[in-house]
This record gives sequence, C-alpha cells and structure tokens, in this order.
Amino acid sequence: MSKLVGTLREAVMAAGLKDHMTVSFHHHLRNGDYVLNMVLAEASEMGIRDLTVNASSLFDVHEPIIGHIKNHVVTGLEVNYMGQKVGRAISEGIMEKPVIFRSHGGRAGDMENGSAKVDIAFIAVPCADNMGNMSGKYGPSACGSLGYAFSDAMYADKVVVITDYLVPYPLQDCSIPEGYVDYVVCVDRIGDASRIVSGTTKITRDPVGLRIAWLASQVVKHSGYLKDGFSFQTGAGGASLAVAKYVEEMMEEEKITGSFCMGGITGYLVSMMEKGYFDTILDVQCFDLAAVASIRENKRHREISASRYASPVAKSSAVDSLDVVILGATQADTDFHVNVHTDSNGNIMGGSGGHSDTAQGAKLSIVAAPLIRARLPLITDRVLCKSTPGETIDVIVTQRGIAVNPRNQRLREALVRAGLPVRDIQELKKTAQDIAGVPKEVACKGRTVAKVLYRDGTLLDTIRAKS
Amino acid sequence: MMRRTMLFLPGNTPNMLINGDVLGADSIIFDLEDAVAPDEKDAARILVRNTLKYQKSSACETIIRINPLDFGEWKADLEEVIPYKPDLIMPAKTSSAQDIQIIADYMAQIEEQAKIQVGSTGILPLVETVLGVEKAFEIASAHKRVAGLFLGGEDLTADLHCKRTREGQEIFYARSRIVCAARACGLEAYDTPFTDVEDMQGLVKDSQFARSLGFSGKAVISPRHVETVNALFSPAPEEIEYAHEVVEAIQEGKRQGKGAVSLRGKMIDAPIVKRAEQILDMERQMFGGDFH
Repeated sequence: MSKLVGTLREAVMAAGLKDHMTVSFHHHLRNGDYVLNMVLAEASEMGIRDLTVNASSLFDVHEPIIGHIKNHVVTGLEVNYMGQKVGRAISEGIMEKPVIFRSHGGRAGDMENGSAKVDIAFIAVPCADNMGNMSGKYGPSACGSLGYAFSDAMYADKVVVITDYLVPYPLQDCSIPEGYVDYVVCVDRIGDASRIVSGTTKITRDPVGLRIAWLASQVVKHSGYLKDGFSFQTGAGGASLAVAKYVEEMMEEEKITGSFCMGGITGYLVSMMEKGYFDTILDVQCFDLAAVASIRENKRHREISASRYASPVAKSSAVDSLDVVILGATQADTDFHVNVHTDSNGNIMGGSGGHSDTAQGAKLSIVAAPLIRARLPLITDRVLCKSTPGETIDVIVTQRGIAVNPRNQRLREALVRAGLPVRDIQELKKTAQDIAGVPKEVACKGRTVAKVLYRDGTLLDTIRAKS
Repeated sequence: MMRRTMLFLPGNTPNMLINGDVLGADSIIFDLEDAVAPDEKDAARILVRNTLKYQKSSACETIIRINPLDFGEWKADLEEVIPYKPDLIMPAKTSSAQDIQIIADYMAQIEEQAKIQVGSTGILPLVETVLGVEKAFEIASAHKRVAGLFLGGEDLTADLHCKRTREGQEIFYARSRIVCAARACGLEAYDTPFTDVEDMQGLVKDSQFARSLGFSGKAVISPRHVETVNALFSPAPEEIEYAHEVVEAIQEGKRQGKGAVSLRGKMIDAPIVKRAEQILDMERQMFGGDFH
C-alpha cells in the first residue's frame, strides 16, 4: 500500500475537493509558503467555486488569493493572522462573507470541539515518507515545528501531505504520524524556507526601543515572577528580543534558571536555553533558521502543537503555566483593550496569533510599544478593534512611562516602590496627545468585513469597511 | 545642574527629538549646526521649536546648538527658539568675549519682544577654535548668562592642523585650559564627545581621563554612550557614603561646639565639606527623579 499520488491535481481529485468545501493550511513557511497558492490555483483550474479557506495565517506571499476571492473560487476565510496585502483587500470589501479571525489556541480548540470543520487539510511538509509520516525538521524547506498542522491532520476529514523531500519509509523522528494521512504528493518545491524569518529577529539598536525594553524588563524584575522555574514568552521583533536580553542579564546576575520559554522561537531564545537560562523550549513555531537547526538537534527544544500551546478546549495548555509574556500592540485604549488586527486607518494588517491566548493564560502580560507610532498616539479612548480584552492585560509599557491595569494594584505598588515611572493610563494618553495631537477619528461605518472571535469562540469585535 | 551627559540630537530627526528626553541623558542638545544640512536649517528650526513647546515639563535640560556668528543662520536660530525658553544656548565656534556679548544682546532683544524675562536662557559656549581656547577665561567671564564651558575637540584639531586620535594627546592642553578657565570663574567644564560609537572601551578610557582632569560631564553623540558616561561621571557608592559621613560629622561637631572635626583619623577641612555637599547634591539629582 502506498498513499503516494503522482501530481497535486491527482491528490486534490483523490481527496474529493468540490464546491462549498472548507480547506485548511498552516503557515509554518510563513512568507516563503508556496502550497496555499498551488492548491488554490489547481482548484481554480478545476472550476471549483465557493471554497472556505481556513489558514492559520496569510502573508503577503498569498496575495494571489485576492484573485481567487474576486473570482469566487474562495468565498470564505478563517484565519488567525492576515498580512497587509490581503488585509487591505478584505478591508476594501472584496469578500461578501466576513472573515473569521481566531487566535492560535482558538483555532485548535474550535477544530477539537467541531466548531471549525475542515473537509480537506493540505499540509505543506518539509519531509515525509510515502505513508505520510511527516516532519518539519528535515529537507531543503525545513521550517522546524509543525505545531499548527497537528489539529488540521487530526480533525480534517481528508488529509493531503504535500512535500518536496520524500524519504524512505519509515521516516524517523516524525512529528505527525501516518495514521491521520490519506494522500501524499511530492512536488518540486513547497516553499522558500529562508523566508520564514519574521522581521529582523535581531536585537534592536533603536534607543527608544531599548528604553521600552529596559522598562519592560524592570516590570518583570519587580513583578516577583523572576525566580527559579521562571517561564517566559516574547516576540521575535527587535524590541521583544531586547527584553529577552535584559531578562537574560538579570537571570545571570541573580543566578536564576528558568523552566521553559515558548512562542515564536528565534536563535536568541535558543542561545538562552543553550546557556542554561531555560531548561526547555516549547516550540509551536520557528521564526528563524537557527531555531530550525536547534529543534532538529537539541532534545530540550520540543515541538508542541497549537492545542498544547494554547487550546482553551484542552484540559490544560502551556499558556496556563506561563509566568510572563511580552506582547506588542498597534493600539491600546484606556480600558487596556489592545488592537493587533488593524492599522490606524482601520485596515486589517495583522491578527491575534497567540496574543489573546497568552494574555489570558500568563500570570503577567506586558504590552510593550512606543507611545507614538507614525505620528499617532498608541493610547486612545477606544481601540478600532478589540483583539485582546483589557482585563487580561496587566501592564502597558511605553518609553514615557508604565501604565498598570487598576485590577492589579499589588503590581502597581511594587513598581512604584521600585522607583519605576508608573503613570495613569489617562496621563499617558494625554502625554501622547500633547506631542502628536488628537488624531481625526477614523470612521469605519461600512459593512462588516471581519469578525474577531475570542479564544473561547465568543465574538470579541467586528471590523467594518470604511464605507 | 548636573550635566554628566549631554546628548547631541540632530535638529532634523523628529523621532529622536520627540524621544530625546527619555534616553537617560541629563541634558539634550538639539543641534541646528553641523548635523543639519544648509537647505534643511529652516525645517530643523521649526521641529526644534515645536519640541521645546511640549517638553517644558520634562526634567531633562534642553540646550540648542546654534550656528556660528560668521554663518548667516544664527539670528534665525535664536528668533525661533528663545521665545520657548530653552535652558541654554550653545553658540558654535565661540572665540571671544565679544562673541558672547553679541549673542547675549540679541537674546535679550528677542526675550523683550516675546515679553519673557530677560536672562531666562543661559549660554554654554562651545569652545572649538584655537583662539577660543586661548581666550577661554575671557569667554567664561564674559556674561552672567554663561553657565560653563564646553570643549569641542573635532573642529579644534582641524584648527590646530593635527589629527584627532583615540588617545586625545593633541587636545590635552585645550582640555586642561578649559577646565582651569571655567573653574577660575566658578563654572563647570564639559568635555568633547568620543565619536567612535562602537568603541565602548575607548569611551570608558576617554571619559575616565576627562573626569580625572576636572570635567563635570561629557557630550555624547549616541544614546548608547549615555549609560556608560553617566556612570563614569557619577560618584561611586563609597564616595556617597563618605560624603554622608562628612556632613554628619560636621553637624555633630557643630552640635558639640567643636571648631575642628575629624573623620576616619583625618581632619575635615572646607574643601572636603564642599566636595561632600556637591556629591550629595548629585545624589539627590540622580535618585530624586523616577527615570533611571
């Protein structure tokens, strides 16, 4: 028996793709992914219409989907994150049905509980055997963890593995086993792994970014969580990595050994683990090639599924054991609600990813962002889109001060005692407005183009077109 | 006023200007001179003026480096910024007492027109010519607005016809002369920046040497130098501890009606008390605020 088929078209046909179905994709190859475009091109050529695409994320490389939406090949979208190019088109109203935004944990949870039904999962796999045992750690397109694809493989009716590196059966060290897989197809290339790199992945040299990072690290220091067994998640951007650097320095000084770090993994977090600051990395997604090499070679660098990372349906997930998370924001409001979905003009340019998952799960959630971005104040009266509820955000750190959620008075007192520049959120808002002025209100009064679901599946907010 | 670090920020970089006061420097120097190209001078003046408007409440001192007297822009520089009362004006290439007088007179004119108190803004002359070094005492004592002397090493070495080096032997005389001139007038002296942004070892050596000569602080051209220079121009914990002991011993001596007081087996004389008071004043300025 072999599940291997000759071409992608054969795989698509064998899986029984037809109108009105839901197909799913993961985004581990990020901006280097070829597979989503390849599958939708086949569907289009086959004359299939009215598909719903459930992709863990869409990047600018997926721009061709705009054409498929316009041609009604795709009429539904469910994502956790959407890059600027597709986001702008959606904001302009090219799709009739609103996009469904979930969090990473919410997507896994909704697949587990049946709320997000997938007919066919097309899984881009850097290395597979002919029966569908798969891994992201090997092959020319190695992307490391396949964390988001676990749910797709486990819960889709049909599963098609698309690889460009077929190895003899049985693949050693497989991530997802053959039992879930229906078909395997080998293509020339599934993507360009060099483009999985997210942003700079180097510590920022920007003095303002460093100032924010230093203040965020001081919040960590004085929160009481920085002690042996400490667990930590930070982003892959330059300022987030600067927080990691300052945290590392404090751990060195205090001789602290952490338990685990997680999130999008970069070479910097790998080096922290290798130097002994953390016992383990729990990796749902690799953000650079150093992380890919590490997950392949270091047994303490563990691949985890999106479900284990953050599913609210699971009896527990890793975010529930997380001490501190450092998060970003495009906008925050005086109730501490955070927007990571839209830009200052109300156009979609992001998504929750693990934002709301970790904010709710972690004991201390810190939003670190510049008080003024592109001449606009970070803090407003009301965010254009509520991506993460304010009650799950403990602190907002800017270069001009730290606002502590009034729900966390103990933390506020500790930071004041430490001499840190604690400010009322209204005061921070006013400071920003004194510098940048009060921006003209963005009027998004058109029809609903997206619905933002919280990790438990409830509706958090809607995103409207401008007109 | 403690000026361990004075951070230069180009007057035409909005992002740096709006954030300059949170980067840890004691003073920020908004530069309208060398950092700004001639065709951008007018835009830079407006940006700096607007920055002054909202930074009034900031704890960080604001200094404006204006263009030199032999360059046509200096009057326009002053007209734009003086009404917003920056702490200090730093005139480039100050070479004589007359230079200071001309600038001070024009500042007074603008202050009168703007209906603000004459003398609201001080002057920190930038001495960076051979003539300026030779006339340093004259410059320091030229006007009551003068708050100190600041040595500019880069232009000076060009004027000296020598090369600027990492070791800085070529400006040793100028450094000593500036410190003596300033101290002779009861003022502070501030050292030229160390211009290699990446060479942190060089920065440490250069700053230590400047402090050993008597400088009170140093200009920096990169925010990355701020922390190091702040630390090197701050009193060490043991110095602070000793200063507290000195002041306490003096107070105790007064209570007991003693004429002479000793501490750790040594007599405490007036210079020791003065130095202790300076250190405690710095301690208050360093730890009194809420930013690091």
